[in-house]
Amino acid sequence: MGLLSNKTAIITGASRGIGKATAALFAAEGANLILVSRTLDPLNLLKTDLQSRYDVAIDVFQADVSKLDQLKQLFSELSSKNLIADILVNNAGIMIDATLLMVKPEQIENIYSTNVYGSMYCSQLVLKHFIRKKGGSIINLSSIIGTNGNLGQTIYGSSKAAMIGFTKSLSKELASLNIRVNAIAPGFIETDMTKGMNEKFYEKNLASIGMKRIGKPEDVAKVALFLASDLSGYVTGQVIGVDGGMII
Amino acid sequence: MSNSTLLYKAFAEALNIDPEKVNDELRFQSIPEWDSISHMVLISVLEETFGISMETDDVIDLSSVSKAREILTKYKVVF
Repeated sequence: MGLLSNKTAIITGASRGIGKATAALFAAEGANLILVSRTLDPLNLLKTDLQSRYDVAIDVFQADVSKLDQLKQLFSELSSKNLIADILVNNAGIMIDATLLMVKPEQIENIYSTNVYGSMYCSQLVLKHFIRKKGGSIINLSSIIGTNGNLGQTIYGSSKAAMIGFTKSLSKELASLNIRVNAIAPGFIETDMTKGMNEKFYEKNLASIGMKRIGKPEDVAKVALFLASDLSGYVTGQVIGVDGGMII
Repeated sequence: MSNSTLLYKAFAEALNIDPEKVNDELRFQSIPEWDSISHMVLISVLEETFGISMETDDVIDLSSVSKAREILTKYKVVF
């Protein structure tokens, strides 16, 4: 019996990075998965890989979380397949580095549509699943930039700070329905987002981490597992930092 | 079981009240049991009972049992 046996988890942005690592760990713990990404090919590869190792059901869906019509279509398909979720990991996110004066309106729109509105819409749509099951867990991916701020990341940081406010208020709204809502605030994690960073900025970030190593997606996935499982059955409205003691 | 009976049953179950307390005049927030939190449960139970998925505007507009009847008719539920 795994920590997530008989549970079904929706993971957005599951094709790579933290989403992919979370999918792998959840499958290892017995969860059936509903994986969502803008591109289907990497999800199909991930599905094949995980199903060769674990006896779990995996459904993959192509959807852009910034598009409400696509999310409605996704949840409609879930209903028609009688797929009812117990866990939602709002992981899909994008990052744009630019000082405020250099940010174009469409970039602000893009970041908020994906990082904030996408998570809000997914949460709204999954609620009916959770109410039907008389419980559930929503895990929102925030960021250390959302808790502490960082130069050149005003819009990204504010979108991640919005997820903290969303998490805290929604947790109060849903506590009596046995639905828990928590957030994870990763620090400097080795993903495609950070791989493109210039060397000087990378080294500067590394120097600010107490544990002197960049985090791995699996480090974040382990905390997502805790928040998804009954191990955190009395935990809601919390923001857990996964940053190796990073100071910003 | 008729759809009217199912509708009343859904309200009683979702709001956790005696079936006798459910009638077409029952309104949102007219009793302590029908608040904004139990409203979410009500929507879920109605959707499951009638096999539909409501739009957000309808979730907001569903302010009484009679209004629920009107809204469900839009989703081809016949009373």
